[in-house]
Amino acid sequence: MTKYLARHIVRFALLMLAVGLVVFALVSMSPIDPVQANVGQAAYVNMSEAKRAQLASYWGGDVPFWERFANWAGALLQGDMGTSLRFNAPVSVVIAHRAANSLALMGIAWLFSGALGFALGVAAGARRGGALDRVVRSYCFLLASTPTFWLGLLILMVFAVQLGWFPIGFSVPIGVSAADVTLADAVHHLVLPALTLSVTGAANIALHTREKVVDVLESDYVRFARARGESELSVIMHHGLRNVALPAVTLQCAFISEVFGGSVLVEQVFSYPGLGQAAVTAGLGGDVALLAGIALVSAALVFGGNLLANILYGVLDPRMRIGEGRA
Amino acid sequence: MLEKANDGAAAQAASANKAAAIAHEQTTHKDAQLHHHHTHAATSHHDGGHHLLQVEDLNVSFCMYDEDAPYFQAKQRDVQVLHGLSIAVHAGEIVAVVGASGSGKTLLADAVLGLFEPNSTVTGRIWFDGERMDAEGLRALRGHGLSLVPQSVSHLDPMMRVGKQVEGFANALSKAERKARREQLFERYGLGPEVARLYPHELSGGMARRVLLCCALMDDPRVIVADEPTPGLDLDLAVRALDDFRSFANEGNGVLLITHDIELALRVADRVAVFKDGTVVEEAAVANFADPALLSDPFTRALWHALPEHDFAATASTDEQGRGNASIDKGGRSC
Repeated sequence: MTKYLARHIVRFALLMLAVGLVVFALVSMSPIDPVQANVGQAAYVNMSEAKRAQLASYWGGDVPFWERFANWAGALLQGDMGTSLRFNAPVSVVIAHRAANSLALMGIAWLFSGALGFALGVAAGARRGGALDRVVRSYCFLLASTPTFWLGLLILMVFAVQLGWFPIGFSVPIGVSAADVTLADAVHHLVLPALTLSVTGAANIALHTREKVVDVLESDYVRFARARGESELSVIMHHGLRNVALPAVTLQCAFISEVFGGSVLVEQVFSYPGLGQAAVTAGLGGDVALLAGIALVSAALVFGGNLLANILYGVLDPRMRIGEGRA
Repeated sequence: MLEKANDGAAAQAASANKAAAIAHEQTTHKDAQLHHHHTHAATSHHDGGHHLLQVEDLNVSFCMYDEDAPYFQAKQRDVQVLHGLSIAVHAGEIVAVVGASGSGKTLLADAVLGLFEPNSTVTGRIWFDGERMDAEGLRALRGHGLSLVPQSVSHLDPMMRVGKQVEGFANALSKAERKARREQLFERYGLGPEVARLYPHELSGGMARRVLLCCALMDDPRVIVADEPTPGLDLDLAVRALDDFRSFANEGNGVLLITHDIELALRVADRVAVFKDGTVVEEAAVANFADPALLSDPFTRALWHALPEHDFAATASTDEQGRGNASIDKGGRSC
């Protein structure tokens, strides 16, 4: 067990190192000059050459790549993620604030798309070839091939602009002080982005689950269960769900990264102040500290998801439990 | 035991069905006496004046795309895999269906158990314990009179403990009764109580075989359909493993043993049905296999000659083997 734990900790550290390096390398190759981007176009053009050089050296523009990386990594180990240029605040504060919004959005989308996708997949697989299967499959193919941002725009147009049921953007009402924002307000703002993310995510999960259910229903053990007089419902309840659970868990945990990727687009469409939107801002503004911070947090989330899947395998599947015990 | 209908009307209908079934004027027959397209063994008897399981003129065909046609032009057509198949199982006997691997013997098991693929067409007449069965009747019979013993451990749910699976979900017993019966069966077949806590992948081959048999016996059947129940065992071990089926048959039940192994069939079965090209070409008592003169079908005689203890003459009368002209109708009707 300690060996298992140590292996995962080493893996996690290596992953963080790699993600940090890649972000640093990409940002240093980016054509966006952070000084120019942050001072502003007009001010930068009017600035004297000496002033520009002074600013660049103040921000450490002439420090070599490896030294910059080492400084950042060293500070990170002491818990300091640096200061965001765009938000003029410590990265940890920006991320914490943004993450609260994003995690609510992603968490709801993650759970809802998982539950909806699983239910649709099982129903379609059990009634393979029937009317329900055809409806579910058409729905899934249609949505799986729909770009998330486009669907977001469509939902925004219908429910926010034309019907006016929901606000057109942001996570809180405009012109209300932070102290007066109620939970109902927050939920009201969350509905459309969460719906967009869930609806597209569910399609993928449903299609995968359906395939697996079809496999299980064609298996030898289901044939034998039927030969012993089990009804179709009994077969699905006793053998179907049990055997579909494992791939469903894999899918659900791997789906964390998809939700994260989707949230970047959805937050942009709905002007929702979450991590995704902050990542876009940081990328466009050459805000390397914030970008690296967000990359690390998202990589950690995805790593956590996969680790969760690994742990759940052992809980769910007796074959793996034994395998681990012997190893 | 098969539950008898208490309802008066149902009983009447059942007796009408019995009359419709091919009635037996006498309940015992002499050894090797030809009767209803089969000969009898010493143990074969007709309880209640009928066969325990009787299949007449069974046809199974599948509607599928023509494999030879170009992909986008392929038309659907009927491919017939079983045709005109008749077989009977008497009380107290093991009937072996012997045929080459992959020749469609399992489809016979599927048809008898009413497990039909959506694209299949099944016709024929099946009687169980004297009652004419339709698809609904066969479905109701699964696990309630007719049980399957499958080939391998892959027929057990890999995610469920063995004990729970043996106890099953479809029989009429209460949970406690199931457990008691399962424990009784485990004891009888030398499976320790700890086996119930195991998962299928933890079973040895021998344990798995006994567990699968316990699954079938749990449902207290009259007829067991055993589909290659002794894979990978050499002849002597397989014969020993089939002792359990022998004692089951001796209690007045029937076993339909599907196998590719003619030697095994001749050792353990009372009667042997030779399966070829989708039908049973000859259904004879094991005693008939003592002398090729007692066998009527040319293929069966060729098979007799091919047995190791005879002359190993695999090519004997091959010209005659085409007699059944296979009838696996490649052309087929469109469907």
